[in-house]
Amino acid sequence: MSEKKIMLGNEAIARGAYEAGVKVSSAYPGTPSTEISENIVKYPEVYAEWAPNEKVAMEVAIGASISGVRAMASMKMVGVNVASDPLYTAAYIGANGGLVIVAADDPGLYSSQNEQDSRCVARVAQVPVLEPSDSQEAKDFTKLAFEYSEKYDTPVMIRTTTRLAHSQGPVTLEPREEIPDKPYERNVAKNVMMPTQAKARHIHVENRLKKMAEDACSFEINKAVYKDTKIGVITSGIPYTYVAEALPNASVLKLGLIHPLPRRLIEEFASKVETLYIFEELEPLIEEQVKSWGIKCIGKELFTLQGEYSANMLRERVLGEKLDIASPAKVPARPPILCPGCPHRSTYSVLKKLKIHGAGDIGCYTLGAVAPLDVIDTTVCMGASISTLHGMEKAKGKDYIKNWVALIGDSTFLHTGVNSLMNMVYNQSSGTVLILDNSTTGMTGHQDHAATGKMLNGKETKAISLYHLCKAIGVEHVYEVDAFDVDKLEELVKRETARDDTSVIIVCAPCALLKSQATKAKCITVPEKCKKCGMCLVPGCPALTKNEDGTVKIDDTMCNGCGLCMKRCKFDAIERVD
Amino acid sequence: MNTKNIMIVGVGGQGTLLTSRILGGITTKTGYDVKLSEVHGMAQRGGSVVTFVRYGDFVAEPIVEEGQADVLIAFERLEALRYAHFLKKDGVIIVNDQRIDPITVVTGAAQYPENILETLKKDHNVIAVDAMDEARKLGNTKVFNTVIIGVAAKRMDFDKSQWLEVIEATVPPKTVEINKAAFEVGYAI
Repeated sequence: MSEKKIMLGNEAIARGAYEAGVKVSSAYPGTPSTEISENIVKYPEVYAEWAPNEKVAMEVAIGASISGVRAMASMKMVGVNVASDPLYTAAYIGANGGLVIVAADDPGLYSSQNEQDSRCVARVAQVPVLEPSDSQEAKDFTKLAFEYSEKYDTPVMIRTTTRLAHSQGPVTLEPREEIPDKPYERNVAKNVMMPTQAKARHIHVENRLKKMAEDACSFEINKAVYKDTKIGVITSGIPYTYVAEALPNASVLKLGLIHPLPRRLIEEFASKVETLYIFEELEPLIEEQVKSWGIKCIGKELFTLQGEYSANMLRERVLGEKLDIASPAKVPARPPILCPGCPHRSTYSVLKKLKIHGAGDIGCYTLGAVAPLDVIDTTVCMGASISTLHGMEKAKGKDYIKNWVALIGDSTFLHTGVNSLMNMVYNQSSGTVLILDNSTTGMTGHQDHAATGKMLNGKETKAISLYHLCKAIGVEHVYEVDAFDVDKLEELVKRETARDDTSVIIVCAPCALLKSQATKAKCITVPEKCKKCGMCLVPGCPALTKNEDGTVKIDDTMCNGCGLCMKRCKFDAIERVD
Repeated sequence: MNTKNIMIVGVGGQGTLLTSRILGGITTKTGYDVKLSEVHGMAQRGGSVVTFVRYGDFVAEPIVEEGQADVLIAFERLEALRYAHFLKKDGVIIVNDQRIDPITVVTGAAQYPENILETLKKDHNVIAVDAMDEARKLGNTKVFNTVIIGVAAKRMDFDKSQWLEVIEATVPPKTVEINKAAFEVGYAI
């Protein structure tokens, strides 16, 4: 009997790529895609790496594909934007070895800055999209994606969502298929996209999609199951699982390939059912095409453009059931916060004291936007902190940004922030940039990057020095300071924000959750010395709470002895014990 | 068997993911179809986190929806209250009697609700346990979640020996004995 294993959707994609004989995988971490790389690296037959950003990852995969091996790049949906430049042209070049891009969307915004739908990017880039519904399909469709890629000479996108990426289900394991490398032949017409060549390849792209759309009418993964024909639903991905739960008697056309769409199959299905629903999360990608063919169907007017779908949504809106559900209790919100001992909290306590505004970026430190820290004013995308600060200066002048800094993490700085810093130097900015260097990619769960000295496989490598990188770009004023040395940090921030030149302050202290930071140190209160002033509580450490009498208590299971509260106490009412 | 719906709720960083791995392990081991869904990323930084575990003869969707949970395992009192409406009428709440103030309470923007256990008991079958205290008695506060698993296991479908096997296979090798002890403490409650 073949072995079955319970796997995360992301783990199953990694397994699928492995079984498909993939040789090269490149990625930048991003929720909900990160575990693909963390799992694929466990297979010694696959070369797997962290790239500094998704554009680089995509290009690495394209190069590997051109050379004749199967290759994959994986990323979260906003990473697809970063990778879209090479992706759009890779669609013209096509694939020698199979080329697969995994795009992980986040309907419901569990860990993202927008709710965009990668299927739309793929449609405009003219790249086919497969959408699995569970872990087993995540593995199977990944293998199929490599096949289609080579058969139709195209990159293929696997589109997942948080609910698939981070759900586990049983998967049947199969052995790896060793695919012999395809020969590489110099082919300027196919691999060099200048206007003449690209014009010719565009014809191939259009023809390929037409052929695939026709073939897709008989693909096994596009499957119509007819039961009661009063209700017919066209769906795919995770929403299919809600249909299976809520409408077990309905007729369902489950699409595995959602771009290009199998028009004949859809027309046939539509003609056999009384009321046709299109059940797809986020954008009406399938619905608008179906409606454009003159087929009557119900979609976004009944469901929603926002967030995740559910089986209860179908029960209520399609079946008209009144669900007997108690109303939720009114309780205080529990938004995410910086962890106890987080070095960012120490940095922000200084910036808050100095009434500094922060142009923010993407990472754990974005949590500095909310109470009680309230330091960050803006957050757009990876790398934007530095360039938005620069834009403010050019709009309003040097004095305007004297109480502003850009706040960016080490991994984010290497991702795209470094380009923005070049712009600051080149265009004579007076801005101050704080690189919050916690020696890891924190929010996504501790991935190494080009400045940590370790690769995805855990092996040691050269570590890029952020200090020397900034110096090499031409920043004259670069300083390093320990995040917990609040006095020195305060002095530096005051001095550099006053300066009429670009400055970088690298604020160093490893993430408190890194294994290397494990400590038995704790802070404890000396209740008789506590004056109940609440100064220790200002930075909002979750280990600290007030007793009923107004004194402070520290939760010993949460505290890691960072000492920030102790430094803030003027009455020696907090001590550190090792 | 009809699908059983379990929810594990808590505060990011409390170790709810280990619990879901153990529940995933036991349900797979016993041959049921199973789906688990969890939250990674930002919410794990001290936010409210939810894990769904569903098992039965056939499981399609990976989430437990409102009004459908058979068992709600709450690692913290306020989180039990937040998700109580996910329970079926005859569902069971297992709640770790621990209070972790959300930042909204720490900053004074909101009040931590009083008498949560009493409120829950009005409409639900509630089993409260001070798992942190039990774990402290065992000498390692980190195993408090295994105490809670023990409490839940007593109210679920599987043999005790199967649970112990899964725990042994899931937790770090050095902590097998203390985790087993923690399970036994919970199982006796």
